[in-house]
Amino acid sequence: MGRKILFVTTDQQRYDTLGVHGGIARTPVIDSLAVSGIRYERCQPASVVCMPSRASMLTGQYPSRHGAWMNGVPLAVDAPSVAESLKDAGYATALVGKAHFEPFLDPFGRFVENALSNLGVPTVEQRWFDGRLGPHRGFDFMETATHGVAGPLHYASWMRREHPDALAGFYPVLDNDFNVNAAGGGDTGAPQVALNPVPREWYHTDWVADRTIRWLTAQPDDADWFCWMSFPDPHHPWDPPAAERQRIDWRDVELPANYPRSREEREAILEAKSRHWRAWYDGRLVSNYEAPARWVPATLTEDQVREVNALNAIEVELIDEAIGRVLAAVDSRGWSEDLDVVFTTDHGEFQGDYGLLFKGPYHVDSLMRLPLIWRPAPAARVAPAVVSGPVSLVSLAATFLAIAERPAPTWVEAPALPTDDSESDAATVTEWDSDLFGVSVHVRSVVTCDYLYTEYQPGTLHDGTEGELYDLADDPLQRVNRFDDPALAAQRRELSDRLRAHENRPGDRAEPGILMAPV
Amino acid sequence: MASLRHERRIAAPADVVWEVVRRPEDIASWFPGITEVTVEGTTRTITTATGLVIPERIMAIDDTLRRFAYTITAPLYRFHLGVIDVFDLGEDNSLCVYSTTAEPDLLCLVVAGATAAALEEIERLALRARSS
Repeated sequence: MGRKILFVTTDQQRYDTLGVHGGIARTPVIDSLAVSGIRYERCQPASVVCMPSRASMLTGQYPSRHGAWMNGVPLAVDAPSVAESLKDAGYATALVGKAHFEPFLDPFGRFVENALSNLGVPTVEQRWFDGRLGPHRGFDFMETATHGVAGPLHYASWMRREHPDALAGFYPVLDNDFNVNAAGGGDTGAPQVALNPVPREWYHTDWVADRTIRWLTAQPDDADWFCWMSFPDPHHPWDPPAAERQRIDWRDVELPANYPRSREEREAILEAKSRHWRAWYDGRLVSNYEAPARWVPATLTEDQVREVNALNAIEVELIDEAIGRVLAAVDSRGWSEDLDVVFTTDHGEFQGDYGLLFKGPYHVDSLMRLPLIWRPAPAARVAPAVVSGPVSLVSLAATFLAIAERPAPTWVEAPALPTDDSESDAATVTEWDSDLFGVSVHVRSVVTCDYLYTEYQPGTLHDGTEGELYDLADDPLQRVNRFDDPALAAQRRELSDRLRAHENRPGDRAEPGILMAPV
Repeated sequence: MASLRHERRIAAPADVVWEVVRRPEDIASWFPGITEVTVEGTTRTITTATGLVIPERIMAIDDTLRRFAYTITAPLYRFHLGVIDVFDLGEDNSLCVYSTTAEPDLLCLVVAGATAAALEEIERLALRARSS
């Protein structure tokens, strides 16, 4: 019998939202895992939006290799999958919650994730409508959810079936034109905020935990299993169960350290960055689908930032408690000694930094510095540690295979996560590519122990000469762009060479996928 | 309003490709994610793999132009026009063009994305018909 793997992800969660990282949310369960395991202080995603980042976790590859280069581009059905490798190694495999390797906006249900709820789980006995057989992407079992109650996924179907009267309380993520909704709500009129009267037990966070426990309960005592428990929160909309709002009064929430309080200061900081930052802030540019197209960041108020951050923290607390319930269920089966828990997220969120909300082609810590905790199985006797150098979510696939004592396959692009801080030359790369309704943006960033360096490749907004360079020690909030600072010319050259090496790395690449939907 | 187009050069005569496309009741054989089709007069109703029932009106089946035109009449769309043209390129080659014009813009992108996959299936069926 081998080690079991509980892989817990959230969606769009900043590094500083955990209690152990100084956040206002109380997260005793995750904090405890951090103390007894390995806490990574600088985990970077391969992309700062969901689909490419999640595909990188599954494949162990960067988007430029796996081909799902932006939201709305499906990961190829035959792309490598760590779940498949684990299944081949004898593991039972499940994904419960948000998958998003395939576009959500899919009225035809031609992507398996969207058809699952209506058509059932494909098995070796039951053919899909398109004739294919067997589990999807290596998962024996998939039960899916996303940020609300619209659409075809299992959670939405369950809510429509079991609790139809509660549907109207959820914030409608999309407006009537299928744009990300800009409508304001809550006490402050912040976008994507709503007072949701849904009972906690029916909210998707508890549903994901409930369904995970149900799947675990069905596993035999001697099973080796890999379970990806994937919470849709704290991604917008911020509409947690209203009864939970008393946990944190938004009026008591301090503004983030990276929220410049004066408009002049905000605008000066944004002006020093690449041109698309200020253009988005002013409402002159919509470069991507991930923020409401009809919302202007410059209208964001201090109270709206406070309310969003309070609701975000409440959602994080609910997740922490849900993880606690699942760990208790694992313990009741006598599996705890052999259980590895990995907790992380797919990307971050501005939450008021620089006067912004949501996300986009902006490579700074707000979106790129992620919580990552690996609590190895106690039976493995791995010493607790803090790793301060940069690591990447791309390393997760090799890490899971290492836990299962399987060699890393040739298709993974990064080694397993380090278990100590011995690698001082570590560097990670984050990619962004988007091309939506005539606006194309292409960004590459590298993060080392000392610097965050970004190059903007030629596109609609950039001519290939712009970039950003931040000294992480002197400027932890990345407010002073030193791309053109002669004092850092040597560092810029070296970082640019690292990006070039990434772009020119050897190995076969999947054909870039076709944009099939906005998300 | 957004307008998008996908096209595919197919190594089969235009008449063979047109034969795949022209019958409204056959759409489930080449358009991905359609599980049921009913046709009554000019009204076609499709059921998708997510359980959505989408009504459409057939606007043209022109055997001379080799043009199939239809509109989705579901209230989700303020406007939709789908047009499939098959052009003869000579020497047993053809070009199949699938155009989508729709409002809201984002739904145009969603449907047009599916039409790219539909063209792949149309090609597969045309090549099979040519070789049989």
